Amino acid sequence: MIKSKILEELIDRWLTKVGTLVAIFITFRGHNAPGGGFAGGLILGAVFVLQYLAGQQPTIRRKPILNPERLLGFGLLLALVTTAAPLFVGGAPLESYIWSITLPQIGKVKIVSSTFFDFGVFFVVVAVVLLVLTFLGTRGGAISHEPTDGVG
Amino acid sequence: MSSLVALPILIPLVAAALMLVVRNLFAQRAISFAALLSSLATATAVLVDVWNTGDIAVSRLGGWPGSFAITLVSDGLSSVLVVVALVVTATVLLFAVGQQTPDEHSPYYHPVYMALVAGISQAFLAGDLFNLFVAFEVLLMASYVLLTLEGNREQIRSGTTYVVLNIIESVVLVMAVGLIFAATGTVSFAELPERIAALPDGVRMGLHLLLLIAFGIKAAVFPLFSWLPDSYPTAPSSASAVFAGLLTKVGVYCLIRVQTLLFPGELSNLVMVVGVSTMAIGVLGAISQHDMKRILSFHIISQIGYMVFGLGIGGAVAIAATIFYLIHHIPVKTSLFLVEGIIERNTGSSSLDDVSGLARKSPLLAVLFLIPAMSLAGFPPLSGFLAKFALVRGGLSAEQYIGVGVAIVVSLLTLVSMVKIWVGAFWGEVAPSSLNNSGGVLRQHRSMASATAILVGFTLVIAVAAGPLYEFATRASDQLLDIERYISAVRSAS
Repeated sequence: MIKSKILEELIDRWLTKVGTLVAIFITFRGHNAPGGGFAGGLILGAVFVLQYLAGQQPTIRRKPILNPERLLGFGLLLALVTTAAPLFVGGAPLESYIWSITLPQIGKVKIVSSTFFDFGVFFVVVAVVLLVLTFLGTRGGAISHEPTDGVG
Repeated sequence: MSSLVALPILIPLVAAALMLVVRNLFAQRAISFAALLSSLATATAVLVDVWNTGDIAVSRLGGWPGSFAITLVSDGLSSVLVVVALVVTATVLLFAVGQQTPDEHSPYYHPVYMALVAGISQAFLAGDLFNLFVAFEVLLMASYVLLTLEGNREQIRSGTTYVVLNIIESVVLVMAVGLIFAATGTVSFAELPERIAALPDGVRMGLHLLLLIAFGIKAAVFPLFSWLPDSYPTAPSSASAVFAGLLTKVGVYCLIRVQTLLFPGELSNLVMVVGVSTMAIGVLGAISQHDMKRILSFHIISQIGYMVFGLGIGGAVAIAATIFYLIHHIPVKTSLFLVEGIIERNTGSSSLDDVSGLARKSPLLAVLFLIPAMSLAGFPPLSGFLAKFALVRGGLSAEQYIGVGVAIVVSLLTLVSMVKIWVGAFWGEVAPSSLNNSGGVLRQHRSMASATAILVGFTLVIAVAAGPLYEFATRASDQLLDIERYISAVRSAS
């Protein structure tokens, strides 16, 4: 636990917000420019590591992130569904499709299906960082199914 | 057909992701079986197609042109190995579910097992060196977890050796891939043969040796095998069964690719010497052991030697024999580990000192052990005899009399060590330590016993269907030796 209140406040007030924004920005620009889900996920992960070092639980908007394992599964599923989806419309796995739509005020927006793959990677990376923060330093041992934990 | 090639990788991965979200044990079991059986169905469809048409099925992920796409190539060898791997992993999963051990009850067991399956399929299907490396990483990561899931002292100790050695292997492999890319400008299996052939001799040999060392560690050939008998015996029985049956064979598969596709016919004397010494040293290790799991682990090494020897001989006959050997060996070795798992589960020990009299206690278990054991030693009607016969014939036609002589002596010694297990564990008086289980051994472990029986049945099917299977192996080996055909199949795929 770090005593310095300044560091804690700095991280909480500024780095978390700026870091999250940068992470999202980097993730979105990744299709044609350096960046993408992996880099974005690492940046958000770095934010969580900073929070952890400042002696806090990793949070977004002061809410702790529940169950990084599910986040990992969700991210992986999102990426894999994007991988497999073209098979159902007669394409090759991982093939990407581009849609152009015109939004009012904003103008023409190009949506690339591989962006969803990037989002999946983003969640996987963030979840892995959170899992590392959760489990490093704890004692190993058999982890069993929680009996109250149902489907979903 | 080519759209189905990727599914044995994709389906297990989707299942793994789903099971990180759905953490109910029964739901996880259902998802695992559904994933394995549907993968098996698609892999079988590809195999039937490849079998009937003799074509090479190619899938380009992403639909990109040229070498930009990730190519998955399913020729005769790959498609049959994927099917065998899925049969084996599905039966071992049935065994693991019946085992009722803490590791299978962990919420991570099933997702990690699926990742292992995906990695194995990907390794067999990869159409370029880099994806082969990625596949290795996937299956190795999964194997690290499965090996140490119970987290006890002994597992962590041997797990450390396993992890360190495999990381060394990965480093060597990724270095080899990087250097090959630097030298040739490609990692695609379809482009490498021409460009490697154009390299200067010294560079070619250096790259070749790096690949041989990397895959040699994975396949556990002499002198790179010392990690195997140390780590496999401590793993949970179901995990060690899959590792024993499949993981080292992925290494052998890669060696086959290196020796037939990338560096055809080069350094074959070295490979042959390595194969012969692996056979001999593995079996000598097995004879000196006194614990069932360790005996069986040394046998893996010895059997790998046979396949590498066949690969070293080269030529259509010997390579066909190697492929047939590979198909026969995977289920046989796995079923032996499963029988050992039942024994250990029932008596609490795998040491020959503590176990005895099982033949009287459970004759059926004795039969389940005897069939794969005799097959491994090479007894006539069983698949092991046919595999060894084919190999010896290949060796004689290439006039490798020393290697053939060693192969025959080694199979006698294999028999000796199998007899040692037989005498120690199955004959004799019923040990007092196992008296507490008065009922039939198999009746207490129905699901484990049926999994083992299915796999033993599968080995018998291989023996019965040896004629057509051997013919298929011959065709697969012709395909392997016809590099032009592989290249044109990959190039012409859309």
